[in-house]
Order: sequence, then structure tokens, then C-alpha cells
Amino acid sequence: MASSDQTDARPQMPLGLAKRGYSGVIQHLAAVNADSALPAIELESRLIELGFVEGARVEVLHEGIVGRDPIAVRIENVTIAVRRREAMAVIVA
Amino acid sequence: MEAPLMHLALVGTPNSGKTALFNALTGSRQKVANYPGVTVERKEGGFVTPRGRQVSVVDLPGTYSLRGRSPDEEITRDVVLGRTAGEAVPDLVLCVADSTNLRLTIRLVLELKRTGRPLMLVLNMFDIATRRGVTVDVERLSEALGIPVVTSIAVRKGGTAELLRRTDEIAAQSAPLQENRWQPLSVAELRATQREADRIIAATVSLPAKPDTWTARVDAVVLHPVAGLAILAAILFVMFQAVFAWAQPLMELLSAAFAALGQLVHNTLPAGLLQSFLQNGVISGVGSVIVFLPQIIIIFLFILLLEDFGYMARAAFLMDRIMGGAGLHGRAFIPLLSSFACAIPGIMATRVIDNRRDRLTTILIAPLMTCSARIPVYTLIISAFIPAEQIWGWADLRGLVMFGLYAVGIASALGVSFLIKFFMLRDYAPAPFMLELPDYKTPRLKSIAIGVYTRAKMFLQRAGTTIFSMMVLIWFLASFPPPPAGAEGPAINYSLAAMIGKTIEPLLAPLGFNWQIAVALIPGMAAREVAVAALGTVYAIEGGKEAAEQIGQVLATKWSLATALSLLAWYIFAPQCASTLAVIRRETGSSKWMAVTFGYMLALAYVASLATYHIALAFGAG
Repeated sequence: MASSDQTDARPQMPLGLAKRGYSGVIQHLAAVNADSALPAIELESRLIELGFVEGARVEVLHEGIVGRDPIAVRIENVTIAVRRREAMAVIVA
Repeated sequence: MEAPLMHLALVGTPNSGKTALFNALTGSRQKVANYPGVTVERKEGGFVTPRGRQVSVVDLPGTYSLRGRSPDEEITRDVVLGRTAGEAVPDLVLCVADSTNLRLTIRLVLELKRTGRPLMLVLNMFDIATRRGVTVDVERLSEALGIPVVTSIAVRKGGTAELLRRTDEIAAQSAPLQENRWQPLSVAELRATQREADRIIAATVSLPAKPDTWTARVDAVVLHPVAGLAILAAILFVMFQAVFAWAQPLMELLSAAFAALGQLVHNTLPAGLLQSFLQNGVISGVGSVIVFLPQIIIIFLFILLLEDFGYMARAAFLMDRIMGGAGLHGRAFIPLLSSFACAIPGIMATRVIDNRRDRLTTILIAPLMTCSARIPVYTLIISAFIPAEQIWGWADLRGLVMFGLYAVGIASALGVSFLIKFFMLRDYAPAPFMLELPDYKTPRLKSIAIGVYTRAKMFLQRAGTTIFSMMVLIWFLASFPPPPAGAEGPAINYSLAAMIGKTIEPLLAPLGFNWQIAVALIPGMAAREVAVAALGTVYAIEGGKEAAEQIGQVLATKWSLATALSLLAWYIFAPQCASTLAVIRRETGSSKWMAVTFGYMLALAYVASLATYHIALAFGAG
């Protein structure tokens, strides 16, 4: 993939909208933005525990069948499956 | 035994190879039970160190943090902190890490350090890491973390030697106990520990330039929306075949062996109560437990292989949205599919579901999947009452009815799951689908063998005892009191079962059931297919090769079509399977869920039969 080096210049977007093949760096977490069943603090805690912290590089590897959901995200050297709804809390660029 | 027993606790993230290490340390010396009052599995084992110290190990549920967001994770937290009543405070906590993937474990280690417990980090699967070009500066890592760090290859003989040596060293020193400084971490602290972990990893671990391409390449196919589903379907097809086809001969062999043994007792002993008790109570009771073993072994063999390989998480990924519509977790798929063979291994297989709410939902609906024990009842009634006609030129009417029975079972399972989600388990925290997809690994046969052995043993010990006692109870109901001298007709007609059957007959009469059906339903509690034989007994049909066919012919003359359809509808839900209820009680650790299952299935069966009977009557099938 031709992953660009100008990630700073790219517009920020939620990981929940990223297409397969997208690669970027986590800018911040915005758990209140996600329409998750979990309270925002709980969602943010779980995301951090799975390694979603600022500065980590993420790549969307796979998409599910129904509505391209869930997505499999490579984050550093771990692959995490997450629903797009929860991934909306992760702001990437 | 001069030194007291040393207590080890294994902690680690899911997929860290914790269970493989536990198996390597303890071999088959494992005890599996539930923690009191919760559906959390407690796995304990023992071993002796090179210096002869007796050690007891508990394998704690996998977790990413000590926050305790589920009952499983609360157990891990409380045992580590020494807060669990009746549970020894661990002398040493072993934090197990997958060496290829240290990021999340190092964060957990930093959190565990705050508890003040003696702590050691075990870099497991070190061989795989080395092969993939991951190098870890173990000494610097130990320095940076301030705790001992050892490498281990759980699946290789002697791969835990260093771990055992260090355990002995730690046992020999009496380090001053540190106080517990752990408190639930705030979001900021969580973030800070992950950053610190990343800093430590950057300084001590070097990752290969090229990541694991093998997993990525396999996943490109296995997680592909079309190919992935096809592969999943193929795997399930083989598994289903195995459970049905491979287990069947073994099960028949076991049944035949127990029948022969019963016959031997029958021929050896004089006719009477003792003969009947040994043959129909004890031997057929033990037989009805053992006969499930082939299915349980085969299903767990598949599940553990797929889990070890790393496929289970992928199956959950593929099925998540499809199952999610009905409020089920992606991981519920395989247990529910197994339930088509038999709900017992299916319910036991729900252990792959971590979240309690999702697991309970799956357990509650598993008995609605049409199990193989219903097939004899279905075929008997269908062949007696449904004409073998072609409809629409191609479909066989009998096959269509059979298909309809399966379909209604599945539809009602989804409906019940939906209702449970909204009404019953609202106070349990929902688990959004967030799950690690571990890199693929070659399954290790020894670890799988230990896993299958443990499951089989647990089934025999725990579910088996309950199933056995229920069998004896059912025998008692069907045999007491004995018929008076010179009585006509089969003995069961004079028994408690008959009295119960006649008592509940008015309740079942609106469903079109006569007292003979009511009586047959009682021994049918033992196993659904026993109802067929019981109907034969009640209608005084001699057994033998063509017994089933004869029963069908007799029933066709004695029942109306409406009654037959009503009984089919009853059997879609058929709450009367003692073994399933026993397993539900064991797996949920409470009689409450057993009662809930029995109650809701009974209600569904009653309503479905009532509706079927009256609709059939309205169409003139009386």
C-alpha cells in the first residue's frame, strides 16, 4: 500500500469510517462520539487496554460481510476486531 | 513436607498461551470447578519443583486489566488481591505473555506491579518469537520492569525449566511483603501505563522489519466476505458430519454394550425388583451418561483445535453481525450449531463465550435447536401420520414437515434470544464486540489432548452424577408401585408415572393428549427418544426389530391427526430432557437457570401444542 508520510496533513476522521486498506496514526480518542452501548469512560478504557493510544499506527485489514462491519484493525503488531460503531471513538489521520 | 504448599496464580491476556503453560506445568493433574456462585470456571492443578517444593497453580481467567469489567475478570482481580474467600493468597503471580506480542501484556504487568504481590513475567512462545525475528533483551526488560523475567516454551518438553528454577529461587527467599497500592485505574492512568509500556518495549524489544506475513495471507482468504463464509461453512459441515456420523457408530456400540450388559443381568438374576433396578435403573442410567461421551469428545476436539489454531476468533468475526441481529455473540455460533447434535456438548461449548450475559443467553436457547434425540420421535409420528406425497412436483411432504420442525426451532431460538436481550438480562453489562484476532499458531496436540480429557472427565463427574440420579428417579417413578398380582396390561400402567400421567391428563387434554401420551412423557424425561419406547410399552407392544413400525401403525389408529401434529409441536420445544437440565444447572452454577429454561420451554411447548391442536381441529383434522 502506498501509505503516505504526510499523515499530519491529512484530515482527521473516525476510524469507524475508514475503508479496508486505510492506514493512519491515532490522534485522540473521542468516546462520547461513538454510539456505543457502553458508557464513554468504559469504552475509552477498553480501547486503551486493547492498545488504542495516541500515536499508535493503525491499518484496516479486513471488513465484515454485513455493512462492512466489524473491521479488523492492525495496531502496532496486534490485530483487533471491533465494530465500526465503537471504532467511531478512535480519531485517526 | 517441611515447606508449606506454594500458591501460584497464572494471569495473562486472552491468547497469551496461559492455558498451554498451565497444561505444561500440571499435565493432567487438574481440577475444574466453578467459583462459588458464579459461572466462572476455576482451574487448579499441581506440580513439584526441581527442589521438591509442592506447588498449587490456579489458571485465572484471561484479562487485559484488573478493572474487573466482567465476573471472570473480577475473579482474576480478587484472587490476585487476595480478596476471594476460601482462595489462598498467591505467593507468586505469574504474568504470562505471548512473546510475539508483548504490548498489551507489559501494560498489564505495570498494573499488576501496583498490587505489591511477588510477580514474575513469563515470556511464553519464545520459540515462535525467535523464529519470527522478534528479539527481546530479557535482562533489560527485567530491569525496566523491576521484576524477574523468564522465557518459556510451554509446548516443548523442558521448555519450562527456567521458570521452575526461578520459582524455586523465589520460594527460597522471603521477600518482605509489599503493600497493595492498586486502585482502579482512571482513563488517564490507563493511558499513562500503555505509554510507559510502549516506551519499555521500544527500549528492549526489536520487531522484525517484516511482520508475520503468514497470518496476513491466510486471513486475506479466511476473512474474505465470500471465501471466508464458504470456509466457515465447510469447517462446520465437517464438524457436523463428525458429530453425527463419526459419533453415531460409537454411540450405538455403547448403547448396545449397555443393553447387552443389562440383558446379562436380566438373565442372571431372578425376576424382581433387584433385577429391574440393576437393569433399568443402574445400568441404563450409567449407559445414558456414557453414551454422550463420543459426541462430547469430538466436539471439544474440534473446538480446542480451532481455538488453538486461532480460528475461533475469526469465526466470531465472520458471524458477528449475522448473529448480532438476534442479540447473540459471534462466538455463540459454534455452541448453537453443536446443539443440533445434542444440547449437552453445545451447552458445555458455551465456555468459549467470555461474557456472562452472552453465555447465559446461548445456554438458554441451545435446547431449542432440534437435537438428534428428537429425530426418532419426529420420524415415528411423521411416518405414521403424514402421507409420503410429492407436493409442487418436487418436494417430499414428509421431508418438508421435518424441515419445518427444524425451522420453527431455529426461529423460536432467535425470538427467545431477542426477548432475553430486552427483558431478562438487562442488568448485565453488554459486551460490545472487541476482540483480539491472534496470529495463527500450529495447534499442539498434547495440550489439546489434556483439554479434551479434562472436559470428558468433568462431564462424567459433574453432569454424569446428576444425570444418573435423575435416571434412577425416573426408573423409580415408572416401576413403583409394582402391579398387583394378576393385573392385566403393562406394569407401567400401575406405577407412579401412570398416576402422574393420569393426574396431569386434564391439563394436557386441551392439547389433544390422552393419558397414554402423558404417561410416556415421564420416562421421556430420561431422553427424548425414550418416549418412543415408552409409547410402545404403554400401548403394550412387544419390543423387537419392527417395534417402531408397529408403534406407528397402532398410533395411526388411536390418535387423530390433530393429536399427532400437536405432539410434534410439543417436541419442538420439549422441555423434558433431564440430562440437558442437569448440564444447565452445572454450567450456570445455579438451579435458577435450570428452572427458567424448564419453565419457558414448557410454556412454549404448551402454547404451541394448544395452537396446533385447535388450528388442526378447525381444519377438520380431528
